[in-house]
Amino acid sequence: MMRFMLLFSRQGKLRLQKWYTATAERDKKKMVRELMQVVLARKPKMCSFLEWRDLKIVYKRYASLYFCCAVEEQDNELITLEVIHRFVELLDKYFGSVCELDIIFNFEKAYFILDEFLMGGEIQDTSKKSVLKAIEQADLLQEVCDVHLGLL
Amino acid sequence: MPAVSKGDGMRGLAVFISDIRNCKSKEAEIKRINKELANIRSKFKGDKALDGYSKKKYVCKLLFIFLLGHDIDFGHMEAVNLLSSNKYTEKQIGYLFISVLVNSNSELIRLINNGIKNDLSSRNPTFMCLALHCIANVGSREMAEAFAGEIPRILVAGDTMDSVKQSAALCLLRLYKTSPDLVLMGEWTSRVVHLLNDQHMGVVTAAISLITCLSQKNPDEFKTCVSLAVSRLSRIVSSASTDLQDYTYYFVPAPWLSCKLLRLLQCYPPPEDGAVKGRLVECLETILNKAQEPPKSKKVQHSNAKNAILFEAIALIIHYDSEPNLLVRACNQLGQFLQHRETNLRYLALESMCTLASSEFSHEAVKTHIETVINALKTERDVSVRQRAADLLYAMCDRSNAKQIVAEMLSYLETADYSIREEMVLKVAILAEKYAVDYSWYVDTILNLIRIAGDYVSEEVWYRVIQIVINRDDVQGYAAKTVFEALQAPACHENMVKVGGYILGEFGNLIAGDPRSSPLVQFNLLHSKFHLCSVPTRALLLSAYIKFINLFPETKSTIQEVLRSDSQIRNSDVELQQRAVEYLKLSSIASTDVLATVLEEMPPFPERESSILAKLKKKKGPGAVSSTEQEDGKREGGELNGGGERGADSTIAASNASTPSPSADLLGLRSSGPVSAAPPSAGSLLVDVFSEAGPAAPAAAVNDDGFLRDLEPPTESSDSLLAEGPGDSDSAPPSVVSEDPAPPMPQSDELLHKFVCKSNGVLFENQLLQIGVKSEYRQNLGRMYLFYGNKTSVQFVSFSTSVTYTGELQSQLNVQTKPVEPLVEGGAQVQQVINIECLTDFSDAPLLNIKFRYGGALQNLTLKLPVTVNKFFQPTEMVSHDFFQRWKQLSQPQQEAQKIFKASHGMDKEVLKGKLLGLGMALLENVDPNPENFVCAGVIQTKAQQVGCLLRLEPNAQAQSGEQMYRLTLRSSKDTVSKRLCDLLAEQF
Repeated sequence: MMRFMLLFSRQGKLRLQKWYTATAERDKKKMVRELMQVVLARKPKMCSFLEWRDLKIVYKRYASLYFCCAVEEQDNELITLEVIHRFVELLDKYFGSVCELDIIFNFEKAYFILDEFLMGGEIQDTSKKSVLKAIEQADLLQEVCDVHLGLL
Repeated sequence: MPAVSKGDGMRGLAVFISDIRNCKSKEAEIKRINKELANIRSKFKGDKALDGYSKKKYVCKLLFIFLLGHDIDFGHMEAVNLLSSNKYTEKQIGYLFISVLVNSNSELIRLINNGIKNDLSSRNPTFMCLALHCIANVGSREMAEAFAGEIPRILVAGDTMDSVKQSAALCLLRLYKTSPDLVLMGEWTSRVVHLLNDQHMGVVTAAISLITCLSQKNPDEFKTCVSLAVSRLSRIVSSASTDLQDYTYYFVPAPWLSCKLLRLLQCYPPPEDGAVKGRLVECLETILNKAQEPPKSKKVQHSNAKNAILFEAIALIIHYDSEPNLLVRACNQLGQFLQHRETNLRYLALESMCTLASSEFSHEAVKTHIETVINALKTERDVSVRQRAADLLYAMCDRSNAKQIVAEMLSYLETADYSIREEMVLKVAILAEKYAVDYSWYVDTILNLIRIAGDYVSEEVWYRVIQIVINRDDVQGYAAKTVFEALQAPACHENMVKVGGYILGEFGNLIAGDPRSSPLVQFNLLHSKFHLCSVPTRALLLSAYIKFINLFPETKSTIQEVLRSDSQIRNSDVELQQRAVEYLKLSSIASTDVLATVLEEMPPFPERESSILAKLKKKKGPGAVSSTEQEDGKREGGELNGGGERGADSTIAASNASTPSPSADLLGLRSSGPVSAAPPSAGSLLVDVFSEAGPAAPAAAVNDDGFLRDLEPPTESSDSLLAEGPGDSDSAPPSVVSEDPAPPMPQSDELLHKFVCKSNGVLFENQLLQIGVKSEYRQNLGRMYLFYGNKTSVQFVSFSTSVTYTGELQSQLNVQTKPVEPLVEGGAQVQQVINIECLTDFSDAPLLNIKFRYGGALQNLTLKLPVTVNKFFQPTEMVSHDFFQRWKQLSQPQQEAQKIFKASHGMDKEVLKGKLLGLGMALLENVDPNPENFVCAGVIQTKAQQVGCLLRLEPNAQAQSGEQMYRLTLRSSKDTVSKRLCDLLAEQF
């Protein structure tokens, strides 16, 4: 089970955080700070996995953003790496060649996409189509509502 | 940004985010945020009702501010209001806000739950999914209470949309993880398992996480999932890469689901059904084969997905640990990865091989990769990979390669990263000790360790080398010589000085013959380090000096002079000063003989578990210790927990079947008269003989024992007498067999303690006989059923039992036994009823003596009847206030008994509760302010009086010593009761 996922920039700015277990705000901040330090200090070419506290950290850098997941002892590192990649693909598909700014300005959308993909720290659906369909449906609903509003 | 420009963009939000991004300083950012917060607050408080869009926008801004790391203390109500909006995006933002910022405010939770309830029953799949997401995100107890019953229904209902099913499965999983007691699968189990067969791959993917978690907790109920999982896996593995359409990921069919299926199978042993197992082995072989095929894509995603499945398959193969062929193939595959250009694969291969190294089937195969692994340790650029290599070297180490591995680890230590040095040091120390064939190698290794990485050598390590040198006289001379040489180095680590001081102080004489290491040279060498050392080391050196005076009288004046110097005898440190003064005095007044006695060589240390190993276990958790060691531990644990209990269960089942239920009324007991006390126990000669070779030893051995046979002849006649007329025993008292009862067997106290917290079980068992107990108590009366089972195929003759209670016990208890049949057929069981009346509180237990003849040899054994004073407890419920009032009233010192002791059975809360309940007192919840503590109250019912008792048990999982400790306090109106209960209970935890 994934415990949390963090997206942060090379400058150490947190862009997205998703916690799958109840964690106190203070602990969250401490963990984020500590983990960013560890990951940002690593050189390219180094292995994407590391042990951190009692968790396994799996991270990958896409352009200026680090995607960093904490999974449990028995979880599969490689497949977690592909969870990250699939999430990036989903963002990319939705925003159309996604960049850090998209995630900053549409953070709520990024959360919705992540929620459709992962739930409670487990994969809900791996099909790109299914996930995006769910999101687009929501956008469609929005449009219908707007049109409706316009009529009024 | 095509999708985003669809029209729901909140302009105000975008402007605000830009503003924040344009802030040049932290202060400017805070200023801008405070301005916005003030604005939002005024909007929320304003008279004008906000429309849904504005509300959504402001809630979203608050969320953004929160995610920037600022505290948000308002807006929750507005977010909750959004839940009841009909507009999807408003609802969605409301849920998002709640998911991120949930507050334990119960008033709000009720409102949120209300919104969720409405959406769940809306039958609108998108709304239902939103509600389920919210439950899963928050996962609080209140939500579990409200929805844990509803969600399984949604999950298995035929008309639920697939997307809702997926959300329901994972939502349920989250609730199960937070509140397992509230999620009752019961009737849904089989339908949930069958989700593995669902047409929709997304549903299977979501459901399997739930099923895996449930299987881990209730393997038996979910075991049908094994065959379903195997067939699903088999279909995926054999499918062409395009069959699964959108579930194919970079030409790999359903990698996530495959990994999950393989993970689920790791909750179970290999399938018993041959066909299922065959199919699974085929799958595993196919996966291994595919690894050898050329890649279908050059993309890293393709190889990652493929290898993710491969590693999961290998994990399953290792888990089964029963297919030598697959294990060796797995090992070869990992061997290839060890040299792969992808760092990730090298890392994982090293990690996975660590577990393979502990399998007897693949240990040798792993060892063939030693050169590659050593090379990895030397050349990998990433410390986390080097760490894995070191772990693997440790795991693959055995007698054949220990010297090579230890040497490599030592040389690596010289340049190792600081983060892993301490662990490396422990590992080297353990391997050196474990595989030391000759101890000079061991001493060399540890001294090298101190030389290379002295700062990381913990006390355990240098204590251990001293323990071993002291215990092995063949290495003492070598150790003295080596340490003497090591101390020659101009700068040597303080730990080296400690070892040197200790060893030369003990064994310096062994090298004193060589003029290069004459006593004075040794002393001067040690003393040259003295001033650079810390106080504890100096103290140790002072002791070494006084030992020198004994070993080498010629050094006496030099050393006395040192001790007499102001820097010693007036040292500001009390310990050093005291040592200097005392040693000086000792050396001047004691005769050589006295000195020799006082300063004699240290006696050998008792053998015990290596303290280093214990430290490594503590440091790294169980994973760090090689799995053979772990297995041993497990096996022990298994026996401790398993064996006895199972035996007990089966006896009880048997006795239930063969005897009427003993729950008949107990009121008739009072009328029964007391049984006469049995004669006092045997003379001392007999006692000795019996306790040596008697009942404690296996019965077969007793038969051959010459001592016993010598003792037997005079009893032969009485034996035949009884054999002739078994009916006689009705009239004869049970003590008709003329031998005196044996003294209680050595383990009788332990057996008694087993029954303090339980009333049924096996009291005793050897090769011949099993004695089961079932008992019940009411007020001050008890009835006990003893079941004697003949485990052999030969009959027991002259079978008789007696209960004796002497001394004080006679006035404290009243025990009445019914005689048993003198003949117990092979394989049969006889039952005996014992009635017990408690007159007043008591501490000893009555003795139960059993005698019979088996194949002519007399068997005579005495146990303690498992009746203890706590059996007459009546539980008393009371609230916190009453409890502490009562507690204070019982504050006289003699009313309290207290013990502090080490936990000997772990500290599982449920187990503790079970034991305390078994004790017979009421376990009081919410009484002690510290929720970790347990308090109990009860009244002991005796004929003479009632004795009120209070108990408090305080677990301390992390006492200073690192041990788990308990403090147990008993208070009662009678000192003997407090003391007895305290003694009894201290053995239970």
